[in-house]
Amino acid sequence: MRSPWVGFVIGVPLILAIGLLEAWQPLGLSLPALTGGLLTLDTMIRAGLFTIVLVGLNLLMGYAGQVSLGQAAFYGMGAFFSAILTVRARALGIPPELAEGWAWPWLVMFSGAFLVGLLAYGIGRPILRLRGHYLAMATLGLGVVVYILLRENLGFPHLNLTGGFDGLQGIPRLRLGTLTLWPAWRYYFLVWLFAFGAIALGLNVVRSRVGRALRAIHGSEMAAESVGVEVPHYKAQIFALSAGMAALAGSLYAHFQTTVIPATFGFGPSLELVVMSAVGGMASIWGAPFGALTVLLVQEILRTQLRRLIPGAQGELELIAFGLILVLIMLFMPEGLTVWGLRRLRGRRMARGAAPAGR
Amino acid sequence: MVRGWRWGERTWTKEGAWRGGVVLAALGMLALLVLLGRRHGFGAPEYLQFLLDGLRGGSIYALVALGFVLVYRVTGVINFAQGAFVMLGPMLTASFYERGWPPALGLRLALAALLSIGIVAGIGVAVERWALYPARRASPLTRIIITVGVYLILEGAALLLWGPYAKMIPSFTTLSLADPTLRFGELRIKAQSLWIWGALGISLLTLALFFGRTTLGKAMRACAVNRLAAQLMGIRVDTMSTLAFGLAAALGALAGIVLGPATRPTYELGLELGLKGFVAAIMGGLVSFPGAVLGGLLLGALENLWAGVTMAGFKDLFAFIILILVLLIHPQGFAGSEAEVERA
Repeated sequence: MRSPWVGFVIGVPLILAIGLLEAWQPLGLSLPALTGGLLTLDTMIRAGLFTIVLVGLNLLMGYAGQVSLGQAAFYGMGAFFSAILTVRARALGIPPELAEGWAWPWLVMFSGAFLVGLLAYGIGRPILRLRGHYLAMATLGLGVVVYILLRENLGFPHLNLTGGFDGLQGIPRLRLGTLTLWPAWRYYFLVWLFAFGAIALGLNVVRSRVGRALRAIHGSEMAAESVGVEVPHYKAQIFALSAGMAALAGSLYAHFQTTVIPATFGFGPSLELVVMSAVGGMASIWGAPFGALTVLLVQEILRTQLRRLIPGAQGELELIAFGLILVLIMLFMPEGLTVWGLRRLRGRRMARGAAPAGR
Repeated sequence: MVRGWRWGERTWTKEGAWRGGVVLAALGMLALLVLLGRRHGFGAPEYLQFLLDGLRGGSIYALVALGFVLVYRVTGVINFAQGAFVMLGPMLTASFYERGWPPALGLRLALAALLSIGIVAGIGVAVERWALYPARRASPLTRIIITVGVYLILEGAALLLWGPYAKMIPSFTTLSLADPTLRFGELRIKAQSLWIWGALGISLLTLALFFGRTTLGKAMRACAVNRLAAQLMGIRVDTMSTLAFGLAAALGALAGIVLGPATRPTYELGLELGLKGFVAAIMGGLVSFPGAVLGGLLLGALENLWAGVTMAGFKDLFAFIILILVLLIHPQGFAGSEAEVERA
């Protein structure tokens, strides 16, 4: 029996090894040195953050079959929620003994994720009545609206909550009691702890009653409804879950970068998330870390290697490469690299049994 | 499709309630606009001016929306790359124009524009053949993502070719960078606006004649109504899909080119125009040409009024709030049918 939990047996030691390597740097070895500068701890942390978002997005797109082209909005909501409530704590009238304590950012982070999830449930109920193209465009619109609101100070320029175009700076590092979660390797462990938590959650959801309901909805909403699946509720629920996970990752991002700007959460980043999801495989939970890492590596390679070949090249190659990857993957392996690769490994025997839900 | 409105023969009970809701929402928004405008002391001339300027942008949205509707009707695909076609039109035109040949400026501009429209139409055909035709049996999600990928490729290619710098297209009237302003009492109209309205009118007329009078046009309409039946009648539906993409790309390029002198096109032009064109198409129900045009004009006018009375940074917000509201309240737009929503 091949269980998806086997992934942890490979994944956790690998991640641990990388973290320990960076923490101790035995014999002067480090991650960039070993990978020729391609992989840095920074990339690994971002991969972990994206993994959290992507597990949610895959549940929504790959399993429930609901498109979201605005997922970066929820990521941004989480990031700005954390940023505003830590940087602007005094201006907001939060007592300093509370806001200065180490527990405050954690409290903000979790309540932010919860609130964003709640909001997404409220938005999801009406919006998820739409299907196919219409849903894609509505979520896209939602993403743009949130981006503009962040950029324009939520419509109240005199309060200057979000800092407009420039965003917010000076977000504090996370602390656990007296232990500051920094330098980067400490934060790396924290992020991947959350990432593996997200993966475990995703795997559980997929195998649960909810997961079966979601797949039924993906197959046919009418059929699902006819056998008693409460379609609108489940769809909104999974939308809320994916939004909450994105918000949590956003908060972690804010404390990692210590600055947040609205441009990080616009339309382009939403597309980037879809690319990652498609590359890893929408209908696979383990596709999340795989897709995130693959896309980040491709970005890194384009940034470092191709610029050597074509001097003066900026972001254009990235755009073209992203587009090409997206089109080719959708045309030739719509189930994503992970599922495609696994199937290759196992031979064609499994191929028909596990029909790709991402199609 | 081109012939008239599709208000349909639905019963008034639920539909009427929806429509009433939409009308009420529209009235409420108008009241809000007037209320906000009073803070600035705006009177009738200001509002008229906003409206006129808005109709200029609205005509562009309408042209872009026509491309969306055309492709959607014939192939059932929302073509995200439409925005890229809109961007490529003026960028190509400007770079041909810069070549400096032939010496006669008017001829040079006309040639550059025609050549660009032709090239963009060719790109549209290539996109359909190479990226969408192979995925014709895939789900809408897959096909949307493919068109998104195409958009990224085209935008990246534009950035590679022209860099992040803005291009210049001379005003069609003076063939220089200055665009004369016509005055009617207190109202001011840029000469380029007349070109834009003219382009919209001629496009509409051409489309109406094409779909109403020519065999090819009728064949395309047949594909839109029922692909299988059309195929059984001996129409090559695949060719029609390709043709629809080419036509839509040409329309998009035209929209970008006539807008060219009024803006400074960069490689990023496509995103905003593509999205707003889509909003216009949705307002019109996504399947109706007159609906798309009306949607575009309405969106442009309202958006400009909105931007006039609120913050300029909020201008783009309006279109997307409208998008979400229309989708939620009345996804068939003001000219589509329920069946289309179900089909999507």
